Amino acid sequence: MESLPTALSPEAMLARAATLRRGLSAGFRDETVRSIYTEAERIARRAVHTSGEKRWDLDQRIDRWITSPWLGLPLMALVLGTVFWLTITAANVPSQIIANALFWVEERASTLFDGIGIPWWVTGFIWHGVWRGLAWVISVMLPPMAIFFPLFTFFEDLGYLPRVAFNLDWLFKKAGAHGKQALTMTMGFGCNAAGVIATRVIDSPRERLIAILTNNFVPCNGRFPTLIMLATVFVAASFPAVYTSVIAAGAVLGVVLLGIVFTLGVSWVLSRTVLKGEASAFTLELPPYRSPNLPRIIYTSLIDRTVFVLWRAIQTAAPAGAAIWLLGNITLGGQSLAWHIADSLNPLGVAIGLDGVILLAYIIAIPANEIVVPTMMMMYMGMGLMTDIPGHAALRELLVGQHGWTLLTAVNLMLFSLLHNPCATTVMTIYKETRSARWATLSVVITLGLAFLVTFLTASFARLMGWV
Amino acid sequence: MTSNCESCPANAQLAQMGIKLDKFDRVIALAGNPNTGKSTLFNSLTGLRQHTGNWPGKTVTRAEGGYAFNNVRYKLVDLPGTYSLLSASQDEEVARDFILFGRPDCTIVVVDATALERNLNLVLQVLEITDRVVVAVNLMDEARRKGLEVDTRSLARDLGVPAVPITARTGEGLPSLLAAVESVISGEMHTRPHRIEGTPEFQHAVAELAPLIEALAPGVPNPRWLAIRLLDGDARVERALSSGEIAQLVERQQQGDTQFSRRISLEGAQ
Repeated sequence: MESLPTALSPEAMLARAATLRRGLSAGFRDETVRSIYTEAERIARRAVHTSGEKRWDLDQRIDRWITSPWLGLPLMALVLGTVFWLTITAANVPSQIIANALFWVEERASTLFDGIGIPWWVTGFIWHGVWRGLAWVISVMLPPMAIFFPLFTFFEDLGYLPRVAFNLDWLFKKAGAHGKQALTMTMGFGCNAAGVIATRVIDSPRERLIAILTNNFVPCNGRFPTLIMLATVFVAASFPAVYTSVIAAGAVLGVVLLGIVFTLGVSWVLSRTVLKGEASAFTLELPPYRSPNLPRIIYTSLIDRTVFVLWRAIQTAAPAGAAIWLLGNITLGGQSLAWHIADSLNPLGVAIGLDGVILLAYIIAIPANEIVVPTMMMMYMGMGLMTDIPGHAALRELLVGQHGWTLLTAVNLMLFSLLHNPCATTVMTIYKETRSARWATLSVVITLGLAFLVTFLTASFARLMGWV
Repeated sequence: MTSNCESCPANAQLAQMGIKLDKFDRVIALAGNPNTGKSTLFNSLTGLRQHTGNWPGKTVTRAEGGYAFNNVRYKLVDLPGTYSLLSASQDEEVARDFILFGRPDCTIVVVDATALERNLNLVLQVLEITDRVVVAVNLMDEARRKGLEVDTRSLARDLGVPAVPITARTGEGLPSLLAAVESVISGEMHTRPHRIEGTPEFQHAVAELAPLIEALAPGVPNPRWLAIRLLDGDARVERALSSGEIAQLVERQQQGDTQFSRRISLEGAQ
């Protein structure tokens, strides 16, 4: 017979509880959870009877493949790769056509302006500045977006995205992060600011911060055109023409997977340093597959996403175009302002395998990543070296022939584009969501720091090996 | 077990009370997974006018409403939809604190008949905390459409608490549900909630710890459950015990006066 225990102090009782806990088998906690699951399964099996056929079963059979431990991730890579390949192959021609048309307008309009005696700087500012910025953004961004977004929305509508989260769950758990981070990460493919807002689905503040700080490591659609262009013009160009699009898609896929690796790696580091703690358990509901609704897909992807993003890009592209034109045409000691700034940034740029112009482009593109490539092109061209209508071959000629780009430049630019700081909108969103300037600053420090570090390492390595 | 009579007079005895909550006799908590039609049930029981606000100190929405059944006035507290009560999200903490310390007279757990297995996890966890539970098996119409037959008798037998088939959208089964709630509260229906037994060492540890907790906070509801949570290393429960928060909650509830303890149960003892 035990006597009634006298009241222990809370501390003593907690200590006793800890001792008892140690006495239990190590997997006790998992066992408790598992026994609840087994019981639930047993009771449910006894209470529920099925009569007749099911698409229910079909769902489960499909899920067995799609979420299988060894097939799930390769399948995900295959789906992503296919989407990229379709985007790259199909976007080429329309991009070219749109560019031709818009640059034709620029040429005609400026000739007309010159003809009726309007001062050169008005013509320059409006047509070679603002208009050219718009033309670049539209021709570089619109076709890939108009193809990528419907495809992406298709898989979203089908119910595939929750499965992706399911497949990645264990990886995030290992990294000390929340499995739902896989979902907010996929949202980031659309827009990182949207991805940051989506982290509201994560309850634990610690895990939510991790998801917020790492969201930028998936390239948003604003950065996709940059990646696609670089992959096509540089990485794929060294291979036979037949394989170009496949290689380019592979390169983009590689960058995206690398982004996921960085997401996990940084999450791992954060959950062991500034944001210590254990991953919390959660239940992810796998909704039934639905047959995608085509009109809705087209509406969401074209109106809600493509037009929305393009409009945002246009709003920043026009002032950026104007700024670039001014930088290129205001001269100091015989050289343009752009030249001076790029020149002073050059040593830093070269150290990380890029150049001063690229860094300047990134600074101008802080409001929106979409305009990095257009900004670069305009500055290279604004330096008076090329007025040709751009095509992939001409682009290659401009960058490789006249500005000394190498494969290293392209690869490092892809890496930099993947890792560098979030755009202004995203930083603002992080600030609003965390209500802390500290976390917003940290999001910039982490990404920018990693971007410089990684590109510096690859550049040094490539130089050491004598590849460039 | 429960009367499945749709035409009995009980049907007429449900009166939605909306937010006229100044006086009520019983407090009912409404728990369930997300997307099980919990809100639909809440709305059809209380009517469209509800009192909403936040749980004290939390960013979790709290909704309350009232209904009268057989001349007894019930206050219905809608808990956040959760899949479990184990992990430490705000929603789950609010739900389980209310079930344990709010001491509702009865907890209705709404489950989705088309995904019973997943939903039962929550039911089993609620049963670990309290024995006054009625399971509302919702979305029976959808289950039928999917060719699923849910045997609520077998369910009730296995869980040890009433399980009532309902379709909240159409109001089917609601009188039976309310009758079951009534009989669980009155003690007319004796519940024997299903509890996880665990290994002998586990049982032993629980048996040792539970009396210690009771000695620390006399009159605490369900010391067994607190003991299990402590063994599990639940930081929230540890904090509540060491700060004396639990003892305080219990003390407040024991200050005689039923009206007062009612008010505590409705404030959710946060």
